[in-house]
Amino acid sequence: MSEAAQVRAARPTLVERLFLGASAKDYVRSLLTPGDLAIAAILLVGIPVIVYRFAFGLGAATHLSQATPWGLWIGFDMLCGVALAAGGYTLAAAVTLFGYRELKPVVRAAILTGFLGYVFAVIGLLCDLGQPWRIAYPLVYSWGTTSVMFEVGWCVALYTTVLAVEFLPAFCEWMGWAFPLKLLHRIEIGAIVLGIVLSTLHQSSLGSLFLMAPGKLHPLWYSPYLPVFFFVSSIAAGLAMVIFESGISHKLFHDRCDPERPVDLDRIVLALARGAAVVLFAYVFLRLQGLADGGSWRMLGTGWGALWLVEVGGLALVPSLMFAYASRHGRVRVARVASVMAVLGVVMNRLDVSIVAFNWKHPFTYVPSWMELVGSVTIVTMGIVTFRWIVNRMPVLSRRGATGIAER
Amino acid sequence: MRIGRRFFLKSCAALGAAGAVKALPAADVTPAEAAAARDGFGVLVDTTQCIGCRTCEAACAEANGLPEPERMGDDTVFSEHRETSERQFTVVNKAKGEGEDRFAKTQCLHCVVPACASACPVKALDKTESGPVVYHPDRCIGCRYCMVACPFGVPKYEYDKTVPYVRKCTMCPARLAEGKPPACVESCPGGALLFGKREELLAEARKRVYAPGSKYVPHIFGEHEAGGTSWMYIADRPLCDFGLPADVGERSYYENTRGALGAVPFVITLWPPLLMGLYAARKSEEKDHE
Repeated sequence: MSEAAQVRAARPTLVERLFLGASAKDYVRSLLTPGDLAIAAILLVGIPVIVYRFAFGLGAATHLSQATPWGLWIGFDMLCGVALAAGGYTLAAAVTLFGYRELKPVVRAAILTGFLGYVFAVIGLLCDLGQPWRIAYPLVYSWGTTSVMFEVGWCVALYTTVLAVEFLPAFCEWMGWAFPLKLLHRIEIGAIVLGIVLSTLHQSSLGSLFLMAPGKLHPLWYSPYLPVFFFVSSIAAGLAMVIFESGISHKLFHDRCDPERPVDLDRIVLALARGAAVVLFAYVFLRLQGLADGGSWRMLGTGWGALWLVEVGGLALVPSLMFAYASRHGRVRVARVASVMAVLGVVMNRLDVSIVAFNWKHPFTYVPSWMELVGSVTIVTMGIVTFRWIVNRMPVLSRRGATGIAER
Repeated sequence: MRIGRRFFLKSCAALGAAGAVKALPAADVTPAEAAAARDGFGVLVDTTQCIGCRTCEAACAEANGLPEPERMGDDTVFSEHRETSERQFTVVNKAKGEGEDRFAKTQCLHCVVPACASACPVKALDKTESGPVVYHPDRCIGCRYCMVACPFGVPKYEYDKTVPYVRKCTMCPARLAEGKPPACVESCPGGALLFGKREELLAEARKRVYAPGSKYVPHIFGEHEAGGTSWMYIADRPLCDFGLPADVGERSYYENTRGALGAVPFVITLWPPLLMGLYAARKSEEKDHE
């Protein structure tokens, strides 16, 4: 037999690929673990909640009001989802454009996290929109070119497509399609540059959205530099998410890693930590400049100031110093703890801007309904399940899963 | 290093694709257009003339096919400050503070350069040349950014509907087209609502406010607020007593995001060559090392 014929013979069928080589019955049986049952329980409650929201409207399912038009689904699913999905463009830029080759083993997982992050952020947005079936209107029907939201809509739509293109090679390798791989390799640099341009635009524009609400957002958070804060913190969020997610992935999906070509994850984590230290420190400094610009130093003495100090001091400055210490002294665990703190810091920032410090003069406070919480948890769970499904099949963490295609 | 044809074409493709995203200028409202909007119709609310009869509320409800306002003819409604809602586009409130009883109706102020229209990603909200800020329900996607943006808290959402829309006062544009004033103005028995061209109303307001021995406070709310509004208020006590916000500033809200949106074309134009340049420089360096 020729070599090509051997490869062809060794190719698993589509069904084998989908069920990981097991029979359908065995595959279903393999899902009866406590973790999978917990996921099933979440989806069993969550999906009906989402259906309920569409059947009975936003008023029935959420605590949104005339004074609080945006709640958890925008503040968490959209703003946090997009920020935490920034690892895709950050890592693509670091490896391909800036030449940090040692980071290459985690790029695919970062791009997949990014892609799914966007897809599920858009699903969260669909839940939140009053008329979600019109979601494409800003693209095709009516152009509101003076709106930041218009820009965000375009960029998110295009960048989700770019991420899909960036992830396609893994899919093609899994399917054993050689032809598109060549084409995809050719447009790789273009896609990465386009991805960075689009990410620069919409990561910052998600902050610009709130420039429209100077009277509603607390002065400690409102600043003309909101777009810069959002953009710089998204880079930090992206790096921290890759540190956090790669640690979990390489533990959980140990069998998906290639024992013959082990990845020196510690070295990668420390390299990422170095980057995160610098970016986070710059971010803290920018936030201080925002305070100086707004002249709101004295407000640090109030309760709002305490919240600000926890967010910027505790969950940005401290992890920045921890990252620096970790990379200098080779302490991987410190970097991992710092990555969790930094992720929480960015999440807290997005929630502060969109929910907590928004409408700060109003006597009432918005607290999400249980259905909003369940909806958000469900969407995150669906994202994790999809991630796992793909990682278990396609060549994401290592070359495993690539069928009949030589490494380029 | 050499920038090859393919590399060049790729850069151009990336640039072109990105450029297509926002080939349109961010500056949609020119000063000339703003001037035209200032020239449109408006209403001057002279709160010293309002007797709190709420006839305007009833007329508004009828004109817009909304439910009749609650507790008509019952003065207990004034015991608390009421807000407009998706079912009531105008409400009359009693002013806070010392002195004679004073009332004022609130509704959309029909800004000269509206925050809601600047914020809308689909142009569902629009400032018309004749003055009204109108709503096109057929375009609305329900993102509610108009509600986040409006400094006066005007747009209201039909949260209890499965196919919801934004609702607010539209200044009766159909009536205006027929040469009639808005329904509320026509119904007002006390002369508290003056309808006319904004410039003429401003002149009238100045005459009343700055006349010798005038009882009015020297402030025409809406002359400059948020870049100017088509509905304006004068009163013989501080205008914040009527629930009108004191923190909106004099700049139009459109200006708030103008700088950020203005940066878009620069990012699209400068990022690709810069990043490609970095890439090319690194590649040639790698080649030199080999």
